[in-house]
Amino acid sequence: MADHVHTTPEDEHDNAYAGLLVNDAHWAFGTDFEDPLAGVDTTIPEGVDAPTLAAYALMLGDDALVMSHRISEWTSNAPDLEDDIALSNISLDLLGQARLLLARAAKADESVVPRLPDGSPAPPEDALAFFREAHDFRNVRLAELVNGDFAEATVRVLLFSVWRLATFERLRSSRDHVLAAVAAKGVKELAYHRDYSARWFVTLAQGTDESRRRLLAALDELWPLWPELFDTHPVEAAAAESGVGVDPASVREAAEGVLDQVLAAADVPRPEASRRAGVLGRTGRDGMHGEPLSRMLAEMQSVARAHPRGQW
Amino acid sequence: MGMRLMSRTTERARRVAERVTDPELPMLTLADLGVLRDVDVVADSHVVVDITPTYSGCPAMATMRDDLVRELQGAGFDRVEVRVSLDPAWTTDWITPEGRAALAAAGISPPGPAPSTSGPIPLTLLPTARQVRCPQCDSPATELVSEFGSTACKAQYRCTSCLEPFDHVKEI
Repeated sequence: MADHVHTTPEDEHDNAYAGLLVNDAHWAFGTDFEDPLAGVDTTIPEGVDAPTLAAYALMLGDDALVMSHRISEWTSNAPDLEDDIALSNISLDLLGQARLLLARAAKADESVVPRLPDGSPAPPEDALAFFREAHDFRNVRLAELVNGDFAEATVRVLLFSVWRLATFERLRSSRDHVLAAVAAKGVKELAYHRDYSARWFVTLAQGTDESRRRLLAALDELWPLWPELFDTHPVEAAAAESGVGVDPASVREAAEGVLDQVLAAADVPRPEASRRAGVLGRTGRDGMHGEPLSRMLAEMQSVARAHPRGQW
Repeated sequence: MGMRLMSRTTERARRVAERVTDPELPMLTLADLGVLRDVDVVADSHVVVDITPTYSGCPAMATMRDDLVRELQGAGFDRVEVRVSLDPAWTTDWITPEGRAALAAAGISPPGPAPSTSGPIPLTLLPTARQVRCPQCDSPATELVSEFGSTACKAQYRCTSCLEPFDHVKEI
């Protein structure tokens, strides 16, 4: 790096960057990929089926990854600087959760990780994020929708974080050490995401006619995907049965209770729209997604796929 | 290597690791921040360091790890292993009294006690109310400007007595 910057003693005091180059070693970060679970007890608890644990971790990881990417699209586009930073921070929290959960899936069952060309430095969690097709993703459909206006982001983050926080509150007592640790950390982050979006929900509902109209429109649009969050997929049932996972149906009452508090504070009635059907009964957890996910992944994965041996 | 010698070596490795500073709060060491959890010399010149991330997606983690490796290798420990300890999760309650003093001296308001996160977490629809004193003039008359300051882990406040803006490390 120092080779590219030439300074002479005379002009050094005019160069704001000169001081930064005294010890280059300090800036040589982010150059290696290390196992994010190094030092964490990844033993599979007794009586737990490894492929079930991996499939369950992929579901939670994909929810976080896809939602994170959608929220990251708000960066530099939010209505003001504070909300830009808030949304970017929410996106970053979810990306951190996704990394650990995808790494956990790979550690539990290597066979879920796509095979990359020899010499690729991509760690398993990156292989899972960047080299799977849309139908291999197990995220709920709420996460993948194309972004709408700020009211839509508010409602989506609210529904997602109310549900995920209720899930993580229980996941803290998972028999799997990694899932329990991710959940213990995640509840602090999700509590912020939930309260942030709940405050905006109330503010927009009680704001101007236009802000309330937009909020109600967003709620009507997203409401049909709310029931899907509480469906129990056979993998989730098996994970819950063996004490590593949480049955989504079991958190419905807690999540609905919190959502009702927000709706009451905002003076917004519960929408009546019925649930969006799956395709032949299959939904996000089965790998059945809408076209928006394919388009999102095409952009998100393009650089990694073009340079599978790339280092940066 | 005898036990006595080993513990002296561990002590030396610990002192080196404790000098490493946080990349975003350079007035604070990783030990003061509570990120450095354990330092152990497990074999001849082989050190194992345990760190706990502040936030799941904290972009400074790789830098912290590289800084620890560089400093310990510079002190003659050829093999440095940095492990991530996720449980228990990091909390601002782990910032030491020295760390809090260093923050205040740098004009940053240190965090108050972290909220409890056991059991179901109640919904909060009002902005977080904190008792924040101005790190410049110690006045309690302060107001929140933004929940995010110079980094995502800090909120920005303004003192209504001396009018100085300042960062406050948020409680988690």
